[in-house]
Amino acid sequence: MTSLLDLSLAEARDGLRAKEFTAVELTDAYLGMVEKHRDLNAYITETPDLAREQAKAADAALAAGTAGAMAGIPVGIKDLFCTEGVLTTAASHILDGFKPPYESTVSANLKKAGAVMLGKLNLDEFAMGGSNQTSYYGPAKNPWKAEGSDVDLVPGGSSGGSAAAVSARMALAATGTDTGGSIRQPAAYCGITGIKPTYGRCSRFGIIAYASSLDQAGPMTRTVRDAAIMLGSMAGFDPKDSTSADVALPDFEAALTGDIRGLKVGIPQEYRPEGLDPEINALWDKGIDMLKAAGAEVVDISLPHTKYALATYYIIAPAEASSNLARYDGLRFGLRVEGKTLDEMYAKTRAAGFGEEVQRRILMGTYVLSAGYYDAYYLKAQRVRARIAEDFRNAFKTVDVILTPTAPTPAFGIGANMDDPIAMYLNDVFTVPTSLAGLPGLSVPVGLSSTGLPLGLQLIGRPFDEETVLRAGDVLEKAAGFSAVPSLVKG
Amino acid sequence: MSYIIKGETGDWELVIGLEVHAQVISNAKLFSGAATAFGADANTQVSFVDAGFPGMLPTINSVCVEQAVRTGLGLKAKINKRSVFARKNYFYADLPQGYQISQFDLPIVGEGEIILDLPDGTSRTVGIERLHLEQDAGKSVHDQHPSKSFIDLNRSGVALMEIVSKPDMRTPEEAGAYLRKLRAILRYLETCDGNMDEGSMRCDVNVSVRKAGEPYRTRCEIKNVNSVRFVMQAIEIEAKRHVEVYESGGDIVQETRLFDPNRGETRSMRSKEHAHDYRYFPDPDLLPLEFDDAFVEAIRVTLPELPDEKKARFVETYGMTGYDAGVLVMEKETAAYFEEAAKGRDGKQVANWLITTLFGGLNKKGLSITESPISPAQLGQLVDLVNDNTISGRLAKDVFEIMLEEGKDPAVIVEERGMKQVTDTGAIEAACDAVIAANPDKAQDVRDGKEKLIAWFIGQVMKATQGKANPGMLQEILKKKLLG
Repeated sequence: MTSLLDLSLAEARDGLRAKEFTAVELTDAYLGMVEKHRDLNAYITETPDLAREQAKAADAALAAGTAGAMAGIPVGIKDLFCTEGVLTTAASHILDGFKPPYESTVSANLKKAGAVMLGKLNLDEFAMGGSNQTSYYGPAKNPWKAEGSDVDLVPGGSSGGSAAAVSARMALAATGTDTGGSIRQPAAYCGITGIKPTYGRCSRFGIIAYASSLDQAGPMTRTVRDAAIMLGSMAGFDPKDSTSADVALPDFEAALTGDIRGLKVGIPQEYRPEGLDPEINALWDKGIDMLKAAGAEVVDISLPHTKYALATYYIIAPAEASSNLARYDGLRFGLRVEGKTLDEMYAKTRAAGFGEEVQRRILMGTYVLSAGYYDAYYLKAQRVRARIAEDFRNAFKTVDVILTPTAPTPAFGIGANMDDPIAMYLNDVFTVPTSLAGLPGLSVPVGLSSTGLPLGLQLIGRPFDEETVLRAGDVLEKAAGFSAVPSLVKG
Repeated sequence: MSYIIKGETGDWELVIGLEVHAQVISNAKLFSGAATAFGADANTQVSFVDAGFPGMLPTINSVCVEQAVRTGLGLKAKINKRSVFARKNYFYADLPQGYQISQFDLPIVGEGEIILDLPDGTSRTVGIERLHLEQDAGKSVHDQHPSKSFIDLNRSGVALMEIVSKPDMRTPEEAGAYLRKLRAILRYLETCDGNMDEGSMRCDVNVSVRKAGEPYRTRCEIKNVNSVRFVMQAIEIEAKRHVEVYESGGDIVQETRLFDPNRGETRSMRSKEHAHDYRYFPDPDLLPLEFDDAFVEAIRVTLPELPDEKKARFVETYGMTGYDAGVLVMEKETAAYFEEAAKGRDGKQVANWLITTLFGGLNKKGLSITESPISPAQLGQLVDLVNDNTISGRLAKDVFEIMLEEGKDPAVIVEERGMKQVTDTGAIEAACDAVIAANPDKAQDVRDGKEKLIAWFIGQVMKATQGKANPGMLQEILKKKLLG
């Protein structure tokens, strides 16, 4: 018999409804894995009691026929989502002991749909980072290892704990948030699926802000279908978030028709820079062939402002972050380090509470917003951002979806790049333009590197056209037949 | 009206601009659902948004937007159908988010004007530069603990309209008139209650001085002056300081100062190290605020008659002076009282009673017009009783005093106390005869040419009739009897 842990979200949902097993059984299986692989440091907080209680409630709802779309599905929640009464840290020392008296809209939506929360997942501090190494709670580890190597690898970031947990079967699915690639890149590094929906698709209410104009929640799952199901439960208009879009919520799962004949797929030349890893290039070509074979039409396109995206992102995101993080002042919640004056208390609290990367971004952001620099940096970055969005708008006049690599490399070793922030920022090069344009982006695992590490491809769609992205992703996933799992899952 | 500071180097003119923070009348705060009522216990009207909790997001309260547009229309200002909220970043203990959501380069209301009615009967137009919406901060309380400050966040997030004038005022009186007029307009519009003592209207004063014909010199901003009188005082004191600094060879530094009414001086508020760079940028949590013409028009049709229009109508309809009309319209409650009292009567006469008698009476008792024990109808009835000769003008004053105490209808008072004017010729003649008979010498004096003594006789007869004799009739009868 197949283990409960081998089931996808869709299969588990169907099995629960067919009474093949109970939500409590499924939850217990996952809680066992949470315990077993605790060394991966995927969770900051485990909530087994809450999970069992929710699983029981889900079984009752299933029995009564009132179950929601996620009933009984054990999920992990990135510790950036505020969860009522449950420690919420953003992986920062400065939020020590913070138990929100409210629930984020996305996690509340999942709860309402019957999902079971296993715990709160590790991440880069305040979602700032691409390797989960800036967490105050220590790095989460990638369940994957290169062939013949015992070096611990990063799971990517910032949603590193989410990706590691889903990959290591410590959660059937997880929430992530993506500001410049924080769902897609870790999904690629850990061999799972992750979609950053269109900006405005999921409410930001109750998600601890990093860069408000970019932050967007999304699901991280084992399959594209799972992502479609979970996104349907997370998304929706929320009057408590002014940037939430009042648009109809489609049935994402129904969009997975398997038919992409005639679909126009754009291949942007700018994503094939000189020096790109030949393996990544080859994977991309493989993906192109798969979509072609499925009847899609491949079109070469140009996104001319791509080369400015990273610099633009690293102005806008820190600028917003510098302001968003001003509220962590030691006065009302979290860490406080006393001082003789108010200013001294601020300085001591923030020096002790924020890690190095967070401090770096606050400083950068403060700098670019300063009088005399605002026009040269922030304002110019906003103009470039508009051009980048325009590039995509023009491209989408001729194509329906765009295919690119998700990240320029596979997962790297823990400790690497830590002394070189620029090298670290380069990991976001393929994901950041999509974020700046607010478009949906999906990462699907397509193959393994020569060292046996997962590699992903990214599909980018028109605003609020996650359906096309998911449909193409579903076809790509099936064609790739990616079935590899980390050896620790096998063993 | 001119106001000049005579210095050793010549005459100095004042340049004054005012920034008024007017608290918007609304049940809920600008970006949260928390209540706004004044005087609640500390930290009882605070949402997680107001307290700057992680993950909390602002959502605009449309009532506050309507109130800002309404105020803009009342100031005859340009309404910007697209405006942008920006963050003003600074750290302070009563600013939970670490930034204030305000509007910077794209405010909701643009240029407008206010017409000042000055005591000498002239008018002067002061330009409005802009009006923008912003959040109020919380309150820091520094005197409750030897080493700690307490924070009350009830006010945090309450909607304010910052109304910025152009530097068009030249005298402290004009600044005072501007504040009073602005307050009147806000109260007419019901967009701000204008209570400076409760802090729902606060004023920052910008002052500089210059010689005639010069461009503007450096200005100083005096923060948070909380009464019209203090605003006028602060201006005088600050302007004199500028003149003294200039004339002793110094220079004025642009800075923020605090007015100390007890010491009669202004003091520098912030040291250089704390000079703020607010790092304004558009708030990414909020979309640009956009509305259409229909939204503005729907508000426009609900605008009440404003003080200037009402004043013009009073002058035109009732034939009163501009000054009297200006006094009556300053508070809309007074204007409403007047209009009700004047219904079907001589408006000028009613206005006279109101301004000279009722205001005085209420003042003595420390009452506002809405607390007046005398209703508008009763004041009107009193005027009627004088006009139809039921009581004399002199007795009317006494009736008024009784009304003020007892709140009864004037007719009832007159009836109860027998204060009706005697217009019965026989009765007056009899009273006159009695006084003349009792004073034959004085009667003779009158006949001998001391006609001034008639006044004495009038007084005596009035006394004998408890003031009820119709004065006109009495004079006529006496003259006839004494002089033939």
